[in-house]
Amino acid sequence: MSQLANGLTVIVKRECETCQMVVPVLEQLTGLTVYTQDDPGFPATLAPIHDEDLSVSWHHEIETVPTLIKVVDGVEVARTVGWSRADWEQITGVAGLGPDLPVMRPGCGSMSVDPDLVDALRVRFGGGVLASRQIELADLDDEHEMMFQRGWTDGLPVIPPTPERVLKMLTGTTRNPADIVAVIPPDLVEVTVEKVAIAAVMAGCLPEYMPWVLTALEAVCNDTFNMHGVLCTTMAVGPVIICSGPGTRAIGMNSGMNALGQGNRATMTIGRAVQLVVRNFGGGRPGEVDRGTHGNPGKLSFCFAENDAESPFGSLAASRGLPEGVDAVTVFAGESPHTIVDQLSRTADSLANSLALSLQAMHHSKLALAFDAVLVIGPEHARVFADDGWDRERLISELRARTTRPGSEMIRGARGITEGIPEHLSDQEIPKFGPDGLLITYAGGGAGLFTALIGGWANGTVGSTPVTREVRYDTRHP
Amino acid sequence: MTRVILDPTSEIVPAERARLARPMSLDGMTVGLLDISKPRGDIFLNRLEERLTGIGAKVNRYRKPTFTKPAPVDLRQKISMECQVVIEALAD
Repeated sequence: MSQLANGLTVIVKRECETCQMVVPVLEQLTGLTVYTQDDPGFPATLAPIHDEDLSVSWHHEIETVPTLIKVVDGVEVARTVGWSRADWEQITGVAGLGPDLPVMRPGCGSMSVDPDLVDALRVRFGGGVLASRQIELADLDDEHEMMFQRGWTDGLPVIPPTPERVLKMLTGTTRNPADIVAVIPPDLVEVTVEKVAIAAVMAGCLPEYMPWVLTALEAVCNDTFNMHGVLCTTMAVGPVIICSGPGTRAIGMNSGMNALGQGNRATMTIGRAVQLVVRNFGGGRPGEVDRGTHGNPGKLSFCFAENDAESPFGSLAASRGLPEGVDAVTVFAGESPHTIVDQLSRTADSLANSLALSLQAMHHSKLALAFDAVLVIGPEHARVFADDGWDRERLISELRARTTRPGSEMIRGARGITEGIPEHLSDQEIPKFGPDGLLITYAGGGAGLFTALIGGWANGTVGSTPVTREVRYDTRHP
Repeated sequence: MTRVILDPTSEIVPAERARLARPMSLDGMTVGLLDISKPRGDIFLNRLEERLTGIGAKVNRYRKPTFTKPAPVDLRQKISMECQVVIEALAD
């Protein structure tokens, strides 16, 4: 990186009227180095140095012109942007600067942060951090078709991960591009922040989604959640990413109408980026290690935000041990949502009985304790419980009690059905769900007496246990 | 202008190893039977054990903790140290 000379340095461009205005001031100063961004001859009287490739401006993080910098013994000790007589007099030690000028005038944007130039400059000066193999495309190549042909898409088009876009994506995190994020199944390879950023670009993420993508990957790629098994199973499940906290609103996630559906960039692309990492980096592709019998459309992306700000139950993340109000993801190995309709119940008791009937039937009425469930309770159903004073704990305990059945009804062969629990459990009362087997969250539009049920995969140490992780906020400014 | 995109894959090149030659006979060999913990896999493996011991093979039985995760590295190492041949039961 180029070192600034000792003394005073100013960075200007002719296009900026404030820069033109301060030329008489610059002419009053001695020991001044002038860098010009646009016109190599501006200002003509001051022997400017042309910062043609903007390297000086880039490396010294110039955002505004004019910027006046004071360097002593090779170290920057002061800087000011725009024109402020008081600041300029203090930095230069010269009194009476620009007597005819106004007291202050803001500067203009530096060319080094021009939106039309900044992505290319980031590659020029920061591209060395990228370690991924670069693939050159011929003029006649269609990059979208090329990525389909290489098997790098989930069946929908992806955004080409150019160095410009990947470096911009990396501004969404302060983590080093070479940092290891997780070990990705099924190939069990360590993925770097850079490779995650590539997937995030392809999925259509914005840089501010990166902390969520990184956290979700960390949450699924471990022995507890068991992304390996979730990928390989014949059951129609994938990682369901439930986002909590004010950060969901800051990045524009939708927790209202159509909360589990399409149309929201953040929810659609965060889940997609996670899946693209597993597909492209981990090697987990349908028909290969992904053995899904039916699969489900949520395996493209199943990510949503809960409306924790208005939830009568508090946030799901808080119920799982994090402080209320913390940004977090909870990951659940789940299938597509299934609507439970009850438009007539106006008491918690009646509505709980309704939900219990559907919960009992989940996967199979005669199977129990093997699968967890998420209930995404819509506002109109939640209000019924809240009006009767049922909180999360009460609702879960009532639902567990109402989904406990005599073993004799559930054993193999009972009710003329071979499927069922083992015969030796015939004399016992069998709960459908274990103590941690029901996860309650709150999302959806204001109209509609519905709850969405998301059935789970094999639970516990045999299969998958939900994981909740705080989102690590480490956003770096571009 | 040349367009460049970055490789989204892990860029790993798997090591390729030649398969061992198929044994002409199992007589006197140690055969590992790996139960991956799928229901009823034991029924299949019990029958295999009968057949294998009947032709003079020694049988060692192993079991993965769960079919949903790769076999623990220690188990893989143990099988490779103790057996010349391994059969894995996959089916329900």
